[in-house]
Amino acid sequence: MKARVIVMLKSGVLDPQGEAIRHALGAMGFDRVEGVRQGKVIELDLAEDTTDPEIAEMCERLLANTVIESYRIERV
Amino acid sequence: MKAAVVVFPGSNCDRDLAVAFRAAGFDTAMVWHKETTLPDGIDVVGVPGGFSYGDYLRSGAIAARAPVCRAVADHAVRGGYVLGICNGFQVLTETGLLPGALMRNTGIKYICRTVPLVVGPADSPFTAQYEAGETIRIPIAHHDGNYTAAPDVLARIRDEGRVAFAYGDNPNGSAHDIAGVLSDNRRVLGMMPHPERAADPALGGTDGRRLFAGLAGEFAAA
Repeated sequence: MKARVIVMLKSGVLDPQGEAIRHALGAMGFDRVEGVRQGKVIELDLAEDTTDPEIAEMCERLLANTVIESYRIERV
Repeated sequence: MKAAVVVFPGSNCDRDLAVAFRAAGFDTAMVWHKETTLPDGIDVVGVPGGFSYGDYLRSGAIAARAPVCRAVADHAVRGGYVLGICNGFQVLTETGLLPGALMRNTGIKYICRTVPLVVGPADSPFTAQYEAGETIRIPIAHHDGNYTAAPDVLARIRDEGRVAFAYGDNPNGSAHDIAGVLSDNRRVLGMMPHPERAADPALGGTDGRRLFAGLAGEFAAA
């Protein structure tokens, strides 16, 4: 089985990379972009019986820094 | 009086840090990241700058889970002294030994230049040889130095006098201009600027020397 972990900066945390992307899009003429947030996607190949709490623990202990980031787990 | 400098794959300030410790009188050992214990009788652990594990995932994130970091955490819990510089500061926040996190600089760019720092309270071993409020000049060299923490954590750090160093001219967006943070027992310091790069008159200043001298003084007095 596979799971996908999406890690994003928490709302309210300034995302300078997202801001830079927004600026670049604006400079290219995409003037309808009102905000950009950049995050990361981590795909996990897992043993079939891996549980949601196990994946959540991986996120809490390594994949996300919960001081500044939130995460979402999707089973693929 | 013994120091250990932890070495990760991608550390690049480890030898400079060892030179600074030795110049201050510390018998200094290098400790590879796969070690599970520190050498006997270590007083101070240095976590050096660099790009541990290529900054993969987040700066310092993988290093913080290396076997040696458990030993470093145990050392800190026992009341041992720890100095994390640059990537070492990022590692200490990732281990949870220091609060907060270091994000990408607000200007996006990697910044490498000497900056003014205002010394915080002089009641820590790291700041003991400085005057509180004194301005010193120390180089920075980082991409992810933008210090952040929850508002209540920031307020507590400030109220407890744990901002060891603040930027005179904030280069990276850090909350409250924070350049260096102390643990609640003042024995663990993480800072983005590089005092070990300002510890020899031949190499761009000596304002960093007193940090190591202050630390050495802690043991001379004991």
